[in-house]
Amino acid sequence: MPAMLRTLAQRLGLMSDTFPGGIHPEEHKLSAGLPIEMNALAPIHILPMKQHIGEACSPLVSVGDRVLRGQKIAKAEGYLSVPVHAPTSGTVVKIEEHAIAHPSGMGMPSIFIESDGDDAADASLQPLTDWINCDPTMLRERARVCGLAGLGGAVFPTFIKLVKDQRYPIDTVILNGIECEPFLTNDHALMQAHADEIVVGLAMLRHMVGATAALIAIEENKPEAIAALQQAVADAAMDQVQVVVLPVRYPQGSEKQLIYSLTGKEVPAGKLPMHVGVLCQNVGTTKALHDAILLGRPLTERIVTVSGDALPTPANLCVRLGTPMRSLLERQGLKSMEGVELIHGGPMMGERLRHPDIPVVKSTNGILALSHGFMSAAHSVEQPCIRCGHCSEACPVSLVPNLLADQCRADQFDKAESYNLFDCIECGCCSYVCPSNIPLVHYFRYGKGQLALQRREQAFAEASRQRSESRMARIEREKAEKAARRSRVRKAHAPAASDAKTADAKVAADTKPATGTDSKEHS
Amino acid sequence: MSNLLYGLLSLGAFALLAGLILAIAQKLFRIEGDPMADKIDALLPQTQCGQCGFPGCKPYATAVAGGEADVNHCVPGGEKTMLQIADLMGVEPKALEEEAAAPRIAFVREDECIGCTLCIKACPVDAIVGAPKQYHTVIVDHCTGCELCIEPCPVDCIDMLTKPELIEHWSWPLPDTKRSQLAHQRRGQHAGHA
Amino acid sequence: MPLIMLSSPHLHGGDSIRMQMLTVILALLPATLVAVYLFGWLAVLMICTTIAVCLLTEAVCLKLMGRPLSTLLDQSAALTGLLLALTLPAATPWWMVVLGAVFAIVLGKQVYGGLGYNIFNPALSARVILLISFPLQMTTWIVPMSMPDAALNLYDISEALTLFLHGPAALAAGFDAVTMATPLGHIKTEATLGVPVADALAAYHYSYLDAFLGAEAGSLGETSALALLIGGIFLLARHTITWHIPVAYLGTMALLAGIFHAIDPTHFAPPLFHLFAGGLMLCAFFMATDPVSSPVTRLGQIVFGIGCGVLTWSIRSFGGYPEGAMFAVLLMNCAVPLIDHYCRPTVYGHGSD
Repeated sequence: MPAMLRTLAQRLGLMSDTFPGGIHPEEHKLSAGLPIEMNALAPIHILPMKQHIGEACSPLVSVGDRVLRGQKIAKAEGYLSVPVHAPTSGTVVKIEEHAIAHPSGMGMPSIFIESDGDDAADASLQPLTDWINCDPTMLRERARVCGLAGLGGAVFPTFIKLVKDQRYPIDTVILNGIECEPFLTNDHALMQAHADEIVVGLAMLRHMVGATAALIAIEENKPEAIAALQQAVADAAMDQVQVVVLPVRYPQGSEKQLIYSLTGKEVPAGKLPMHVGVLCQNVGTTKALHDAILLGRPLTERIVTVSGDALPTPANLCVRLGTPMRSLLERQGLKSMEGVELIHGGPMMGERLRHPDIPVVKSTNGILALSHGFMSAAHSVEQPCIRCGHCSEACPVSLVPNLLADQCRADQFDKAESYNLFDCIECGCCSYVCPSNIPLVHYFRYGKGQLALQRREQAFAEASRQRSESRMARIEREKAEKAARRSRVRKAHAPAASDAKTADAKVAADTKPATGTDSKEHS
Repeated sequence: MSNLLYGLLSLGAFALLAGLILAIAQKLFRIEGDPMADKIDALLPQTQCGQCGFPGCKPYATAVAGGEADVNHCVPGGEKTMLQIADLMGVEPKALEEEAAAPRIAFVREDECIGCTLCIKACPVDAIVGAPKQYHTVIVDHCTGCELCIEPCPVDCIDMLTKPELIEHWSWPLPDTKRSQLAHQRRGQHAGHA
Repeated sequence: MPLIMLSSPHLHGGDSIRMQMLTVILALLPATLVAVYLFGWLAVLMICTTIAVCLLTEAVCLKLMGRPLSTLLDQSAALTGLLLALTLPAATPWWMVVLGAVFAIVLGKQVYGGLGYNIFNPALSARVILLISFPLQMTTWIVPMSMPDAALNLYDISEALTLFLHGPAALAAGFDAVTMATPLGHIKTEATLGVPVADALAAYHYSYLDAFLGAEAGSLGETSALALLIGGIFLLARHTITWHIPVAYLGTMALLAGIFHAIDPTHFAPPLFHLFAGGLMLCAFFMATDPVSSPVTRLGQIVFGIGCGVLTWSIRSFGGYPEGAMFAVLLMNCAVPLIDHYCRPTVYGHGSD
């Protein structure tokens, strides 16, 4: 839509001034404005081998090894992967499967480190104080080596976004300080306490991707953070950096929605922000980038909001990765886990945890202890859809959730896909507004899972069919060869054999049996 | 009376014309091969296990398309595949004779393997690699769990193991609400009756 | 709760079906009050009967289908009852009222599977069944109490009860003295005699102000455009409905009526007359916006509203019935799945394909 039309529509109140759809849930920001407290070292740190989106890592240490803080203990496998580092100095006591924050309740191979209390750091990474003169690829490699992944919660490996591509020049860097999830205040606290580092990190980002403009987006319910960053930008005397204050709206912190709010650009389906000339980074990730480059410090700690209506004293804690969540909840005064529901992340997109002995990982922006009563309001009995259309109105990607849910419920997955099921970002706005308490997001997850399963099965069947066919062809060929050989023998005895048969046999002999060697290569 | 005659004549002429068009169309738009067999083959899980009594998925598909086999013989495909084939063929669904077991894959105990290559020859999808007098091993990602390699092994060193469940492949179950379960039950009954 | 798989979000906005239904009932309060003012005890009797019968029928249906009776608490049956009463002429005899209420719940809603599955608006479908089955009784209009020539005292409960139980024919005052035509019916009859619209309206002593305030013959709750507007604006403000359907519906009506009135004022009534007449306002704000039987997409709602407008105006201008609003809404209800399929909004990131 042309910009003028859009402005007119906004003036008339026909369109929201941010992105279409969205909701404004009660904020519940119990820990807003509280300073960051340092959490004491836990006796045991548990580090799952996958804390990012992409492929899992493989351990570099074995049981009994002594490790230092920041030492790489697991190496990245594949391109879409970042390494894991020891959060403190100590000894590797075991490497085994441990529960992680995943709805399946399945485990993940994890390295257990017993802390020795010294917290001795590994000094092998040199600080790059002269980063402004460093090659961007070198800085990018630093981001990868230090294990940086998006700390807003999606944990997409950071280095992948920090690319200077001739085809897709990036003109704008956006710092995401929106934090639209209720309860969470970790970014708010970080922006208040580390505004200067964030601004330096922003300068690094601009240098790395060659962008000129930069926007720092913060929602208007964080006045202290806005003031701190405005001050920091002024102090650093940076040009073309703007602190943009946006109205409170969920899910504004979602990358694509934020880009739309700020620039009016839509990231095409299946593409990345860089395809529209934008780099979007969370403020926490930016601070971590600053630490990685300027201090040579890998990602071993993060800010975590510990909150919830069942928690006596909510707080913003600076926590080492691998710290069991139970210790944080107990530190904030939670006496018993009875009648308490635990959520990893915010209440809108976070996962419910089955037990509290799950470690803090790179994606842990919050841990919530909610009372049963609070939770059950969102999970009461599903009633029939009355087609009120509130879900369509709330959907930030303009889906029609009630129709999609009907299709998923009836296993009409192809239809659901044609209604753009895979464009759903699972923000939960539809379920939030539904008067019939329909767990819409749950239906979409079911549909997506079943579609993925169907695709895997189809791909597997297709591959099996091809292998079976090529095997059949090979057997045929071998038979033909044998027959040809026999006829050659016969030809030696009877010299008047036909020429055509010899030609056939030659062709067959030239084409080597392929499949046997092929499969060996695959293995 | 003449009205009746006209009616008969005109209708007869029309029928003749239509028949002619159909005859020409059949000659002009003739499709080589058996498209139904290919469509059925696309629905089958391609395990090539032979549990249907045919030497592979394609032969079974051809037999079903030719009306020589029932739609309910594919064991690994389960009820879903049976219903899909019945729907495609436009015939009544039939109950399965055997329940599909959980997907499993073959595993060669390498220290017992004598390197006879018999299992390699038996595997319908070339999922076992090895050479004579060398250990053989199963490519986990290629094994369809057809169990055709068990029988030929002279030293019984092949086990069927349950396929490890990957966290990446986990998916959300249907919401545990009365309504969605009812919908599923009703559809199950419907499919059974249809 | 502990063992079940629970997906995010873990927060809910607190809206419920019950809340939405109660909001609509509240929004109908002004129209109900006007009905009581115009038709006295008769209105009270009818409204109470429909609501009671609807609730009872719903309870019986739920019992028969083995569903929990707690579903009654969602108030949808009560709303259907109220809406039905407001669309009925005041002279409807009691047994027809009861029949209508049973139709509304059984044929309008429960045969489809209950709340949320019906294709048509239950109250409107019941009303149309009654209109087609009993055309005479359904087009007999009692002179409202606001008129100086009202022969009946409906504020007297015994007189209202007699009328309710025995119908207008049983009254001492005589049939013609207590009944009159609606403005729409009047101009339709006159038009068949070849009388121009303006003359017909003058003969009827038609006044826009009376029509706006509701002092005219008609069904219980449809006469007062003002009361219905107040209710509609309340619904819009409460966000129970959106502006799309009413605006598209009324806009199309006004536009079509305006164009044709400008071309040929002798045959086509003026737009304002159309807007205030008959059940248009009630349909536009309360019937066409019934969430279950209207489109969910915004564009679809506009298409739906335009369709309703075109059909209503066409039936009123060219059809056999003087009023077409309810037929129009029911006809458009059939098209809802199709409209929803084709009017889906452009999904984020697919703008360029």
